[in-house]
Amino acid sequence: MLNKNSKAASVSFHNVSKVYGNPTTGVRAVDDVSINIEAGTLVTLLGPSGCGKTTTLRMIAGLEMPTSGKVMIGDMDVTNLPATDRDVSMVFQSYALFPHMSVLENVSYGLKFSGFKKSEIQDRALAGLNLVGLDGYGDRLPSELSGGQQQRVAVARALVLEPQVLLFDEPLSNLDAKLRRRVREEIREIQQNLGLTVVYVTHDQEEALAVSDRIIVMNNAVIAQDGTPRDLYDAPANRFVADFIGEANILDCQIVSIEGNQALVELDGYNVRLPPRDNQVGPALLGVRPNRIVIGKPGAANSLAGEVVRVTYVGNHLELTIKTNAGELFATSDDVDAPLESGTKVSVTFAKNAPVLLKN
Amino acid sequence: MRAIAETKSGSAHPTLILWLIIGWAGFFVFPWYGVEDSVFTFGWLFEGYPLDDDVAPVFFQGISGQKGWLLPHLIFLIGPIFALNRPRSDPLHAKILIICGALGFGWLIAQGFSIGIRGWNFGWQESLFGPLGDRQFGMGTGAMLVASAFLFILTQGIAARGAVNGDIFVVGAIGFVITIVAIFVFYPIFNMLTSAFVTQDNSYSISVFFEKFTDRRLWGLGCLQGGRCGAAWNSLVLAILVGMITTVLGLAFALVVTRTGFRFKRGLRALTVLPIITPPFVIGLAIILLFGLSGNVTRFVADTIGIAPTRWVYGMPGVLIAQVLAFTPIAFLVLIGVVEGVSPSMEEAAQTLRANRWETFRTVSLPLMRPGLANAFLLGFIESMADFGNPLVLGGNFDVLSTEIFFAIVGAQYDQGRAAVLALVLLAFTLGAFWAQRFWLGKKSYTTMTGKGDSGVHPLLPKGLAIPVYLVVGIWTIFTITIYTMIIYGSFVELWGVKNTLTFKHYITAFSIDFTQEGVRKYTGSAWDSFWTTLQIAAISAPLTAAVGLVTAYLLTRQNFAGKNSFEFGTMLSFAIPGTVIGVSYILAFNVPPLEITGTGVILVVSFIFRNMPVGVRAGIASMSQLDKSLDESSLTLGANSWQTFLNVILPLLKPAILAALVYSFVRAMTAISAVIFLVSAEYNMATSYIIGRVENNDYGLAIAYSTSLIIVMLAAVGLLQLLVGRTNIGRRHSQPSSKN
Repeated sequence: MLNKNSKAASVSFHNVSKVYGNPTTGVRAVDDVSINIEAGTLVTLLGPSGCGKTTTLRMIAGLEMPTSGKVMIGDMDVTNLPATDRDVSMVFQSYALFPHMSVLENVSYGLKFSGFKKSEIQDRALAGLNLVGLDGYGDRLPSELSGGQQQRVAVARALVLEPQVLLFDEPLSNLDAKLRRRVREEIREIQQNLGLTVVYVTHDQEEALAVSDRIIVMNNAVIAQDGTPRDLYDAPANRFVADFIGEANILDCQIVSIEGNQALVELDGYNVRLPPRDNQVGPALLGVRPNRIVIGKPGAANSLAGEVVRVTYVGNHLELTIKTNAGELFATSDDVDAPLESGTKVSVTFAKNAPVLLKN
Repeated sequence: MRAIAETKSGSAHPTLILWLIIGWAGFFVFPWYGVEDSVFTFGWLFEGYPLDDDVAPVFFQGISGQKGWLLPHLIFLIGPIFALNRPRSDPLHAKILIICGALGFGWLIAQGFSIGIRGWNFGWQESLFGPLGDRQFGMGTGAMLVASAFLFILTQGIAARGAVNGDIFVVGAIGFVITIVAIFVFYPIFNMLTSAFVTQDNSYSISVFFEKFTDRRLWGLGCLQGGRCGAAWNSLVLAILVGMITTVLGLAFALVVTRTGFRFKRGLRALTVLPIITPPFVIGLAIILLFGLSGNVTRFVADTIGIAPTRWVYGMPGVLIAQVLAFTPIAFLVLIGVVEGVSPSMEEAAQTLRANRWETFRTVSLPLMRPGLANAFLLGFIESMADFGNPLVLGGNFDVLSTEIFFAIVGAQYDQGRAAVLALVLLAFTLGAFWAQRFWLGKKSYTTMTGKGDSGVHPLLPKGLAIPVYLVVGIWTIFTITIYTMIIYGSFVELWGVKNTLTFKHYITAFSIDFTQEGVRKYTGSAWDSFWTTLQIAAISAPLTAAVGLVTAYLLTRQNFAGKNSFEFGTMLSFAIPGTVIGVSYILAFNVPPLEITGTGVILVVSFIFRNMPVGVRAGIASMSQLDKSLDESSLTLGANSWQTFLNVILPLLKPAILAALVYSFVRAMTAISAVIFLVSAEYNMATSYIIGRVENNDYGLAIAYSTSLIIVMLAAVGLLQLLVGRTNIGRRHSQPSSKN
């Protein structure tokens, strides 16, 4: 019944701004944002609370209207089209299941307004419940379901409409950690099987890395970076992204020289060659992930000299704080049997291709 | 796939077509002017329709060449056709609709106000256009349909331009509420304001206002030297006293119910129903039965102690006692919610910080109740200001504004300007009290609901406070029970104080039914007419009140639009306006064209809707703000429009609020007197005004018997509706899955 979605459409924003209150002095929730989301992909809007990601999502849904700019779904300009008239459906953070309707009535709700025959509404709704693994729950009330089941009803309700775009607003934030992992895998699987265009909002970077084809990181109403999960993790564009996605050590460094695609970077006597990424000779910022820091015996050549300040055992790895002249480093070590104690002298190097120069 | 494609591209306009058809029907089919009987009896079809002037649709009025000024409406009804084949996003579509709607509506209003029963309404029009050999009467069905068509064509145009996300239903609802509030609240008040400046020969003058405003009967201070004081001072002092006493008593009751181990809490709560189902002047009657010249207490005192009976109760003391008795339960109703709402954990926090129970009460509980106290005072103040029945029954020489207004309108001295001036003073007092309350509460936050579970327990009252509170509540309760016993007993007494034999005479006079041999019933009792009218008017106005109130609440809680604050103020304004003022302003505004509805049932229904609407609005806002907004939004993203969302999602979840609004407006419509007394007519007499009439003829027995019957009928109605509320709740919890689909 639910076939590969031929309707999945692209979404694009052209210089969209949303201002609350006075257009010139009011709060800019979204500031001159342009994005392009291809049909059939899952794109995540990621950022801290108040960064404008939910406003962006609601503008795709038609629940907010942009103050300026243009919103397109497929080939159609929907900038001033209200939610009712857009072929978009949304899964809410609170699920927003109608408490006075049964599960089946909830799932049928949108179909009722889409001009289907009664028998077809029933068939489609049941197929939707089947898809999320809730066969036989149709007669229950939402209050009689667990949190995870409610969440799936909300997904089924949005899915059965076969919308051009499916939106998720922090759908997993009310679930416990284990369930969260399972449900996000299910969402990803359904999205790929049905070829849906999905826009997904979250503030959980791990969730974003796990489900997305592409991640758009937002901060202070603008886009901080837009790329694949690997791009963002391995080559964060700036300090904010490096810090927000995963954990990162951000160190002051000096670019000594730039030759072609290689910059010679120096940190307290330790030299690394890296792509310059638009930086000029002079002081710069270097980001390195904690798991890409290599700890060796003290006194090794071309390394940073350091001293272990704190060691925390967290089960599958060690968390270390190492003091060096270039600054304090946070590192993880999988070698849980290593004899590192606070006060141990060590040398620190970075794995190949691990550090990146950050744009300011 | 989804069938919304064509509505999306927006070239089909079902709503627009519907309103155009309604407009045309109003123009071509229905009588333009008001007809004698209800339009639905279709008697007008046989009175020379469609050519006779009285019943002709505007089209025939116009082409017969007489009332040519009505024809331009047609232009604005044809215009929107050109918008039909354009998509909604086309700016020309919106432009056509806005121009046609606005000009059509404007023309309709302008011609309605310009040409009245005697031709031109304003002198300058006559000098400009020459005398008009024609006239027109109040607008009727046709005009109403055409006007609504123009209004909704206009709102659809505004929606098409993108207002409120282009939502036709919401823009239409806003336009509708604004229009009816403007017509039935602002227009009458404004009209009354101007009539305060009108002299005997119909010209305007400020001096006439000042002459009436500075009248000694209004502001005199003679009572300080043993004479009589002006009505304004009397009303003000009385209202302040009533407000304060009812607030203190209400607080005492609320404290007993929530913070003591008192056993009969349910009984006390039942008291809150009393003021809602008791016609306000009934208490006054009972006071007379007790303390009047031939009252029980008076005679007992005279017989035992030998104090000669006096008329002390007629005047300020009697009115004060009656009003305090009548309005304390209202204060209780307000304060119980507030006292319960004070977060127990705050009080517990105070106790753990070493405050004892008295200090906790004084420094934490009481200050947090401040908004409730202010509200209770305000309600008592306004109710006392507007109260008409008790001062009429008990006032004696103690003049208050509400009765003075009444006598200025119906008395021998018929003086419309004086009534308007008095009503303005009354309005100024109540609005002033509103403003003072806002000022006193300031911008402090009194939010006590944290949204987190609060498992604390309210501390008990400190001993020093509990004893006086118990005492006050005890005395009051005994007094109230006595009063209500008196009322029931009094309805069976032949002639109070003179002939104390028990009899059914009064009930028979009021409610006798003759059965003829064929089994045909004849309602021969003198009260039946007004009784049926009252039931009918109450039954019509209750659902309308609830509907208008809830739609307004929906707009206020769920939608954002420019001017929302003034919108809220406008809809709540009628709450601050005493019924007496509404009554006066309605007869001044609506007994001349273009809206000529005095003497009909319509004016009663309309006055109830706008008197009681604020309660529906408040109830709706309270329950709607508990519904998460994402419910609406998910419905919208699932393809339902906002009307379907309102119908399928909001309304079913609001059943308790709907029923509360229904009960309140039904019962209020049956007990109201202050506005009604001005608006009743021979044909549409209401129970309360009939009873007041009996009282004025000293026919106390019949009046009390009728009142008792009303109380019982309303108890039954409240019980019935509460049963319905209960049932719906159970139905919701065990809601059966629909087997239809």
